[in-house]
Parts: sequence; C-alpha cells; structure tokens
Amino acid sequence: MIMTTLLKVEKITKKFGDFYANDQISFEVNKSEVLAILGENGAGKTTLMNILFGHYTPDAGNVNFEGNAIEFGNTNNAIKLGIGMVHQHFTLAENLTVLENIIIGRQSIFSLSLPKRQARVKILELSKKFGLPINPDELVANLSVSEKQRIEILKTLFLDCKLLILDEPTAALTPQETDALFSTIRNMIETGLSVILISHKLNEILAVSDRIIVLRNGSSVGEIDTNSADRKKIAEMIVGKKIDYPQKKKIPRKSKVLSLVDVSYDKTDAPNLSKVNLDLYGGQILGIAGVAGNGQTTLAKILSGHFKPTDGKIVFNEAKSVLTSPKSFMDLGVAYIPEDRNSDGIVGDMEIWENAIMTEMDDPYLRNSLGIINKKTSFDRSENLCETYDIRMQSIRQRSRLLSGGNVQKLLLGRWLMRKPKIIIACQPTRGLDEGAIASIQNLLLKAQQNGSAIILISEDLDELLTISDDISVMYKGMLSDPTETSSTDKLSIGLRMAGDGFL
Amino acid sequence: MIEFIEIIFTAGFWAATIRIACPLILATIGEVLCERAGVLNLGIEGIMSIGAMVGWMTVFLGADLYTGILAALIIGGLFGLLHAIFTVYLGASQHVTGIGITMLASSLGFFCFKLILPASTTPPKIKPFQPIDIPFLSELPFLGPAFFQHTPFTYLAILVVIFAFWLMNSTPLGLSIKMAGENPMALEAQGIDVFLVRTIAVVLGSALMAVGGAYLTLSAFDAFYFGMINGRGWIAIALVIFASWKPERALLGALLFAGLDAYQVRAQQLAGAVIPYQFFLMLPFLLSIVAMVIAAKRTRYPKALLIPFRRGERH
Repeated sequence: MIMTTLLKVEKITKKFGDFYANDQISFEVNKSEVLAILGENGAGKTTLMNILFGHYTPDAGNVNFEGNAIEFGNTNNAIKLGIGMVHQHFTLAENLTVLENIIIGRQSIFSLSLPKRQARVKILELSKKFGLPINPDELVANLSVSEKQRIEILKTLFLDCKLLILDEPTAALTPQETDALFSTIRNMIETGLSVILISHKLNEILAVSDRIIVLRNGSSVGEIDTNSADRKKIAEMIVGKKIDYPQKKKIPRKSKVLSLVDVSYDKTDAPNLSKVNLDLYGGQILGIAGVAGNGQTTLAKILSGHFKPTDGKIVFNEAKSVLTSPKSFMDLGVAYIPEDRNSDGIVGDMEIWENAIMTEMDDPYLRNSLGIINKKTSFDRSENLCETYDIRMQSIRQRSRLLSGGNVQKLLLGRWLMRKPKIIIACQPTRGLDEGAIASIQNLLLKAQQNGSAIILISEDLDELLTISDDISVMYKGMLSDPTETSSTDKLSIGLRMAGDGFL
Repeated sequence: MIEFIEIIFTAGFWAATIRIACPLILATIGEVLCERAGVLNLGIEGIMSIGAMVGWMTVFLGADLYTGILAALIIGGLFGLLHAIFTVYLGASQHVTGIGITMLASSLGFFCFKLILPASTTPPKIKPFQPIDIPFLSELPFLGPAFFQHTPFTYLAILVVIFAFWLMNSTPLGLSIKMAGENPMALEAQGIDVFLVRTIAVVLGSALMAVGGAYLTLSAFDAFYFGMINGRGWIAIALVIFASWKPERALLGALLFAGLDAYQVRAQQLAGAVIPYQFFLMLPFLLSIVAMVIAAKRTRYPKALLIPFRRGERH
C-alpha cells in the first residue's frame, strides 16, 4: 500500500512562561491511519493538538496539511482545511438541540437563514453511515456522556473533516461504549479518514492504533509500530523510568473498626441505597466493584459524613460522640478520597501549601499565638508532605490547579496519611491517571494497609480491585453483595455480578 | 368593590398598559440579547437615559422623529461597544463596568442637555409621535381604542419582538449568541469568533435599550428631564429572568408589569381617600417580585453568563 502523507508536523515548540509544553515535536500522519499519541498527564499531548486545531499559536515550527501550511491560532482555518477535533471536555451547548449544535459554524454568522432541513438529512445520513445513532431534536442537556461524544464526532464529520483528533475520548466511557467508539474509528479509517488518538490508556491504544508516538515532558521520545509494540516497554517509555508495580503482601487482620447495619438512603439527590450491610477490619482492603451510578458514591458520602442515611446504623468501634458532620468522621480517623478530586478534593485556585494544610487547621503547630496561620511552620509541613509523597511541582506557592491529576491525588492521599487514618474511603482513586501515577497511588494504599488502616476501595477498574484488595463486594442498584475473597474470584464472575447476577 | 374589577374592562386601561410596556419591552429584549451571549449589561439604566436625551435633542434641534430614533439607536450602540470593549475584549468585571456605564451615560446625557439648553427652567417640549388609527381595526368597539390607536413607535416596539424572536430562533447569529452564553469554547471549536459574537450582541442589545429610552421622550411624553428613566432599566433586568431569556416571554413580562402599573394608577383614583397612594405605587413592584420568585424557580441561567472568555489560555 502506498502511504500518502496527510499531515506533516515539523519542530513544533510551545512555551507557557519558562515551561516548555512542547519542545521540537515532529511527526507525520498518513491517510487512512490511526496515530496514537501517548504520554502522561502534562506531557504536552493536548497542547500539541490545540496547536494543530488553531486554539494556540506555537512559538516555533510548521504544520502542513495536504501540502498547505496551517495558519496558527485560527480554528476556522483548521476546520476549512478538514481538521476536526473532539475535545476532552465536550464543546457542546447544553441549552441547544443536537441539530443546532451540529450545524453551527457551517454558515457565516451574518447569513440570514439556517438551513435546518437539509442539515437534518445530512446528519441522519452520516449517523447511519458511521453507526452513530442520535435524535437530532433532543436537547443536549438530556444526553448521556457517550451520546454527547457521538454528537462531537458527528459535528466534525458534518464539517467534512479528513483528520479527526480525539483527545482522551474514552475518559468517561464504559467498556462497552469504548468498544463501540473503536468500531466507529475503524469504520472511519475504511472510508479514508485519518485519526489522531490522544490517550494515556495503553490497552486501548494497542487495540485500535496503527502507529504510536510517545511524548514525555513536552518532547517526542519514540515512535513505534503498534504491531511490534511491547506493552511494558512502552509503559516505561511514557514514564521515563522503571515502574514500581504494586506487590500485595498478606497482612494479619485486626479487630473490627466499622459496621454498617441495614443502611439505606432514600432521597432524590443521589442514587439510593437499600439495606447495605458491611463489616470492615483493620488492615483490610475491601474492594467495592460496580458500574458507575449504582450507589457507590452515595455509600462513600455516607461513610464520610456528607450524607446522612435515611435508615440503618453506622457503628464505629471507637465512636464516643454523636456523628453529625464530616468533621466528626474526620476526628474518628476517617479519611475520604472523593471521586472528583479537582472539585471536591482541592481548591484549584488556592496555592499548594494552602491545600496541603487545609484539613489541619486545628493543629496549634500551624498557628501562632494570635491564632493566625503560621506561614513558616505551614510551609515546612507542606514541603515535607510534597517530599514524602513525591508530589512534583515547581513551588508550593503554585496554584493547585496546575498540578497533574496524579500529583493532586498524591497530595490528597498524603494529606490524610499524615494523620495516620484508621479508615480510608477511597473513591475511584486512580481514575484518569497514567500508569506511573496509578502504581504510586496503589503503593501508597498498600502501605497504609500495612500500617493498620482499614480501606474501602471503590473502583470501576477490575484489574485494580483484583490486584490490591483482600475482599471484593459488588454494588448493584443500591444493594451490596457479601464480600468474596479476592483469591477465590475472577474478572468474569465480578463482571456478571456487576450486571445484576445474584441480586434479587 | 365592583369598580376595581371594572377597570380591567376599560379600553383606556389596555391602551395605557401597552404604552407603559413599550420602553420595558425594548429594554428587556436588549438585555436578553446581551445576557444570552454571556454578558450582563448593568449599563441599561444609563443607556436608556442617554437614548432618551439624544433622541429628544435630535428632534428638538430640527430633525424628524424617525431620525431621533436612529440617533438613539446609534448612541446606544456606541455605549454597547464601550461595554463590550471592557467586558468582552479586556475581560473586566461585568458588574463594575455596567454600573460605571450607567453612571457615565446618565450624567453625560444630562450634562450635554444642560450644555445645549442652559437656561431652561421648565423643560422645553417637542411634538412627539401622534397616535394613528389602523384602518378598520381601530373602529372595532373596545379592541379599537385599546390596541389599534397607538403611535407608530408603539408598533415598532412590537415589530422588534418579532425581529428578536426570528433572530434568536432562525438565524446563525442567534444560534451563535445562545451558544456564546452557554459554552463559548463550543463556539470557538466550530470556528466562530466568540468575541465578535458577544460584541455584536452587546452593541445590538444596547441600541435597543437606548431606543426604549427614546420611546419615553418621543412617544410617551414630549420632554426630557433628569431621572426620567426612574428605575425602568432595573425592572428590565428583573424581567429578563422572568422571561427566562426569551424575547417572546419578555413581551409577556413587560405587559404584566405594565398592566399592574396601569391598574394601580386607576385604583389610586378610586380608593385614594381610604388607602394611601403609596400602597398602590408599591403594588406592581411587589407583585412583580412574587411573579419572579415563582417563575425563577424553574429558570435556567445561561451557563457562561458573567464569565469572560479568553483565547489560548490553559484550562
């Protein structure tokens, strides 16, 4: 087969302040091929794509598309040439219909008519051709994540794109939805389109791409044919060093620290729970599997004091006071890693040191005699935290939102571990993180277990549950199954129970 | 007691309702355009004020009434542009800029008025728009005097509602405005200039506000004096929420408020001896607040309202 080059990127460099987000990156994309760009969070993948699509202007370098130089900083030009991009955070207006979201941009804003009828025909045609079922008149606010993604893809197809850039397209999809997306991608390749796929999930990249480029710290560190790719080697190429994969050790089980007795939650603000029973022991990691939205988050919020159960009892081994607020749970030694670390875990606009001591404000060591924050001791504490837990940043005075996901999670987990918690409620602690960060977080949890903490690990990642938990329960429609020992179960049987098998 | 109900069945009540509603309709639709694009325009009170002055002065200095409307339209658009430069391009606080524009525009308007007419103690007058009878329809009993014997400016205000409805629902610009106020990144991702769309919306919306002000001096009354907008701009801000940011519902909201206002004037005359007139003056505001509370419960703000858009920023 003769390869024809569609896109040629030459020595792209982009700086934010003194920080090189992209440093002399060059690559090519051929017709009818899926090129995967792999790299850790913060490696420069999204910046690079934003340059191709005209959101950013690079400091140096050239991009040619079908022999034409791309005009930087102009999305309109990129679209006209035939580049389409599906952003990681969807670019849809929820107050408009599917049809309206797709047709916008086709005409000049000064045009007096909006040819909805012709557009509808074309959209339905494309929808059929690429297997992307949609209802053009539905309001986008009413759609699920995977439906929204379909709209995003249709938007680019509607504008006749030849090169589709997908930025972390599977971040919020279930495994089934991911498979459907990949078959759509293969479909597109057969009709002559090209795709650039950005991801940090190795398995997915290996399944769907033709060629892989690895970025690390803003530079391209390698190009590999997917057929001859070696999983472990790529993972290490991404991280830039050997990954310390977690090794589970047998820990003697201690006394019971927590029981739930017939705990129910019956309100409209969150998925409900019905009669959940659970026992947790010191030195135990109890995994809770389940498809998102079956009540795991509600359970976590009850266990951390954010929600009050409508029925049932929470019994802590050492509870003396009445449990009224998240603070009283904290005082009992409960640590809570929220599902959405960026909105519920840290305050993005505050500095790293402020986030690092946020839960420690009752510690007199961090205050001076007037009760005002003592900056010196606070800085020391924060520096210490960042060093102990290997949180990579430029300075503790940096705004926290500039940290990568893995470092935010290490900050959150480290902040709790400093308090030597008795119980850790970890909600999707490694979701969206790259291989290196996942391994670090899992190692930290195992270490906490060795120090005697009891851990509830809520996760959708079955590999993770099977690797580090001692027992696994499954949550389905607000019901929690009895725990099974991890050594006596496997992916298949957990998967079946996640789909409702064995629940009444 | 029966007299209080009879008020509603007089043609005069309905004619007054429409007359009072017109400036509110224009101003509210102007604000709807701005806010739909994501820009709160608190300059509304001042822009109405300077629109009232410029429209009136243009006519006073010899131009015809329609040129007066055009002059108001232009001055409104210019102040809109000023608001857009600060809030859209420079990303300044929309609250602060808007209040600043209100203070600047209302004071500047009166200052210019005094510069041109320094000596006048009683406000000079112009000959404003006169009612025209719409053939046949104006001769209908009740309906004729209530709805079909208004000034051309009044019918123009109704046409603006239809224009705004068409703009928002059937043109690429309207769609872009709605998207700019909801998720500007979505607009940029489709290759449309968010700054341009927001600026157009603010300029157009501000022009309508100024025309709403000019209605007062060119159609409802015949003179200009300081403070004559008297909070109508702020009422329009509230009506936008009542209208859920939709032009057609802005018409409804303006009519409702105007109806209450027209009613209270008449009720005052009936019961003025027993109940203090201030009570009636308060009524439309009180009832508007009640209506707003009910309507606002299920309302959905444009998501990007008040949030400046910046290109090429790390998110």
